[in-house]
Amino acid sequence: MFSNILIYFVVIPLVMLGALGLCRNIRQIRAVAVTGSLALTALSVYLLVEYIALRGAGATAPMLFTGTWSWFTPLNINLAVGVDGISVAMLLLSSIILLTGSFASWKIQPMTKEFFLWLILLSTGVFGFFISIDLFTMFMFYEVALIPMYLLIGVWGSGNKNYSAMKLTLMLMGGSAFLMLGLIGIYYHSAPAGEPLTWNLLEIAANSSIDKSWQYFLFPMTFVGFGVLGAMFPFHTWSPDGHASAPTAVSMLHAGVLMKLGGYGCFRVAIYLMPEAAHDLAWIFLILTGISVVYGAFSACVQTDLKYINAYSSVSHCGLVLFAILMLNTTAMTGAIMQMLSHGLMTALFFALIGMIYGRTHTRDIRLMGGLMQIMPFLAVCYVIAGFASLGLPGLSGFVAEMTIFVGSFEHADMFHRVFTIVACCSIVITAVYILRVVGKLLFGPVYDQHHLALTDAEWWERTSTITLILCVAAIGCFPNFFADVIRFTFSPEIFTVIGMH
Amino acid sequence: MDYSQFLAMKQEICLLVVFLLVFLNDTFLPRRSQDSLGWITCVLFALFTAFGFCPHVWNTSDAVFAGMYVSTPAVATIKNILNVGVLIVLIQSLKWANSEVQLVRRGEFYELVLITLLGMYFMVSARHFLLFFIGLETASLPLAALVAFDKHRYESTEAAVKYVLTAVFSSAIFLMGISLVYGISGSLYFSQIGVAVDITSGTGLIALVIALGFVMAGIGFKLSLVPFHLWTADVYQGAPTSVTSYLSVISKGSAAFAFLVILWQVFGAVYPEAWGWMLYALIILTITVGNLFAIRQKNLKRFLAFSSVSQAGYIMLGIMAYPHTIGIASLMFYILVYIFSNLAAFGVIGAIENNTGKVWMQDYNGLYKTNPRLAFTMMLAMFSLAGIPPFAGFFSKFFIFTGALSVGTTAIYVLVLIALINTIVSLYYYLLVVKAMFISEEPSTIATFRSAFSERLALWVCVAGIIGLGIVSFFYDSIIAVA
Repeated sequence: MFSNILIYFVVIPLVMLGALGLCRNIRQIRAVAVTGSLALTALSVYLLVEYIALRGAGATAPMLFTGTWSWFTPLNINLAVGVDGISVAMLLLSSIILLTGSFASWKIQPMTKEFFLWLILLSTGVFGFFISIDLFTMFMFYEVALIPMYLLIGVWGSGNKNYSAMKLTLMLMGGSAFLMLGLIGIYYHSAPAGEPLTWNLLEIAANSSIDKSWQYFLFPMTFVGFGVLGAMFPFHTWSPDGHASAPTAVSMLHAGVLMKLGGYGCFRVAIYLMPEAAHDLAWIFLILTGISVVYGAFSACVQTDLKYINAYSSVSHCGLVLFAILMLNTTAMTGAIMQMLSHGLMTALFFALIGMIYGRTHTRDIRLMGGLMQIMPFLAVCYVIAGFASLGLPGLSGFVAEMTIFVGSFEHADMFHRVFTIVACCSIVITAVYILRVVGKLLFGPVYDQHHLALTDAEWWERTSTITLILCVAAIGCFPNFFADVIRFTFSPEIFTVIGMH
Repeated sequence: MDYSQFLAMKQEICLLVVFLLVFLNDTFLPRRSQDSLGWITCVLFALFTAFGFCPHVWNTSDAVFAGMYVSTPAVATIKNILNVGVLIVLIQSLKWANSEVQLVRRGEFYELVLITLLGMYFMVSARHFLLFFIGLETASLPLAALVAFDKHRYESTEAAVKYVLTAVFSSAIFLMGISLVYGISGSLYFSQIGVAVDITSGTGLIALVIALGFVMAGIGFKLSLVPFHLWTADVYQGAPTSVTSYLSVISKGSAAFAFLVILWQVFGAVYPEAWGWMLYALIILTITVGNLFAIRQKNLKRFLAFSSVSQAGYIMLGIMAYPHTIGIASLMFYILVYIFSNLAAFGVIGAIENNTGKVWMQDYNGLYKTNPRLAFTMMLAMFSLAGIPPFAGFFSKFFIFTGALSVGTTAIYVLVLIALINTIVSLYYYLLVVKAMFISEEPSTIATFRSAFSERLALWVCVAGIIGLGIVSFFYDSIIAVA
């Protein structure tokens, strides 16, 4: 079991949990958090290199590094792991955000130990989810990743935290209720009559024995289930409140990684296993995600709280991920995965910066701040870079992702898709509006509050965190082909031939 | 008569021996060494529990007294599950039973618990309605005495009166049901009723449905299914906490299994016409009403009462899986996990009540700051009851839903969807407790205290169960192997 590299993505966080339990002071806690997340980052970089090498050597299986260990034999539940290009990219993203998140919560108070325990438990769920190819294990890790949010927001959050924490937990768990029904339904149709049933994604896809009438029922269940976490309209309302109340590192992980679980699941389970229903029902969800994209962007324009602005911007960007996935072609899907990476890094950067600014000014209201460029130039410049990435400046990650998505969407020649592509395209312009508005008001112009003049610029741990993220954002922007190649191989042609597309 | 038939009742006989030993100890031990009675009972019972796990005890199938009494691996396993639960309850109640006010009656507590357990054994082993009824009564009436155990407390007496009245009333209804069944089929043997019932004629079906309605009402009372749940909250609140925990898990677990046996074995042939739809409605009502009432409870014992009402609804989902054995396995596994989760919750409540006398939700505000371990255990219990992974409750919920969906009809999908939506409601109120303990910033009214060794021991066992029962697949695999 331990000869499989993937299993260490769960083992390391578990070891970290154990080590945290033994910690006596804050220095040890920090050491454990940083060492552990560095180890995870190193592991995911190593995995990326190995993965590329294997693909380069001609490996054509849909999933590499697969391993299966029997768990509940009577129900054929296994601990099955395996990765393809998307999972590798997501693992890399998660480990980088965990690392920068640990730096960003360097001074978290009170109950530092408990904070990191919950944070690491959350990331155990995230990593476990991305390596699983067994529906049961996948779902279990998915829920493991959700529940720590309640305490993380409730105890260490700010503002209306009780309400936000409860709302977020109940809505996400509500989504997973639909998901659970969908997954068990898939299990009971996973194999032709007489064959043993299975939870394994690859086997279910190979059997493709879910008949169309059941797909019509199970596809919406699973898509909505994951879509709630992907902030699909009208189930996005947990997102602004939750992000606004959460502490910095939790906002980073949640917007950066957890929301990607939604998009990943929609692709991996709903569309991959039920392509026919996806093809026929995509229009319903295209309308909903289209609304997410535009509505999120417009809402961000009128907010005055920095976190709310960024949360609504996340709704818009994550809506774009689901929107692109539903286009059901290789180009758009590649764009969707790029957008997940790009948005994950960029939004984590945003939330880290907002946390740092809030830690100094004790307000997030843009009406009460101004001229920060004079006071904290480092943070201000980083904020501008993050903003540029968000509005899609070439050379940064946002441009590549959105470009690919819209090129892919435009491959559809019919009126419906064209109209919705154009509508979604408009969000780029609206994004520019709210980003530039914030940058202008917050960073430039006169200093609003004279007390702010006494504030200091970033400390070393804050610089580490932000610079790492900026480098990653720039890396995707400058070498998009590298990432696109990693991802592209994932889209096994079979599922597109089923639905008659390329 | 061949008296060697009695030897088939291994577990019953051993339980009687334990009972007699405790009784003799209680009667003849000198007053001053009586403090050890609780530990003696626990040790004896632990030995007895271990005895139940010997392969030649559980892995045998016997049917004696012309088939009135059977012992199969599944039946022996449910008895073992109940034993483990009773053992935890006994350990948990040591401190309470040894307290000043209980000194005189301490022995009776253990004896009454053991006798009700014997009644439950007969309930799950009976394959004849008379034996079943004797078991049901043996399990119900001594419980009324247990509920009234805190005789200086007004609520305890009131609860006992409520309990005994409802118990007797429901027994009467149940007897009415049995007599109708006898009228229809001419037999009280489980195996013969199913064969004799003729539902092809219209009147036969109507009579059967009426009879089944009475039977279901009778057992529904034990299980506190809605609408037969009205006694639950008051009795749970009034009874001593140890008795409440016994009522909520052991009594409920045995009744659930017996219910399954009756519905599957006696009325299996008439599943869709006669009881499928009745149980369907009962489950929806039980889960929903239990949840909605739990939201507003401020007293933790009442709160857990309504939570246990809705949990009973989830247990019933296993019965809906007729005729797939995964239904039995999931039901038994659910009971096992429920025992550990609920006893952990009651263990914390009991420990706090014994030390400070506080049982209200607001008293738990900020508990994590003063008593972190108790608060953590309570949180695990709440998460497990709500079905959050990686705790055992997640696995039992997942399996019970998987079991129910093995039927595969649209109606079942709707039922499971309703149950799933209800888990969200239940998550809300379980999180309220977590919120009070961890998030609330009000100063804690409960000072830091060290709970008694017995209480900690029981809680450790429960926590181990909550964490281990799900992740370690051994337990579910062994249960499905005997089901």
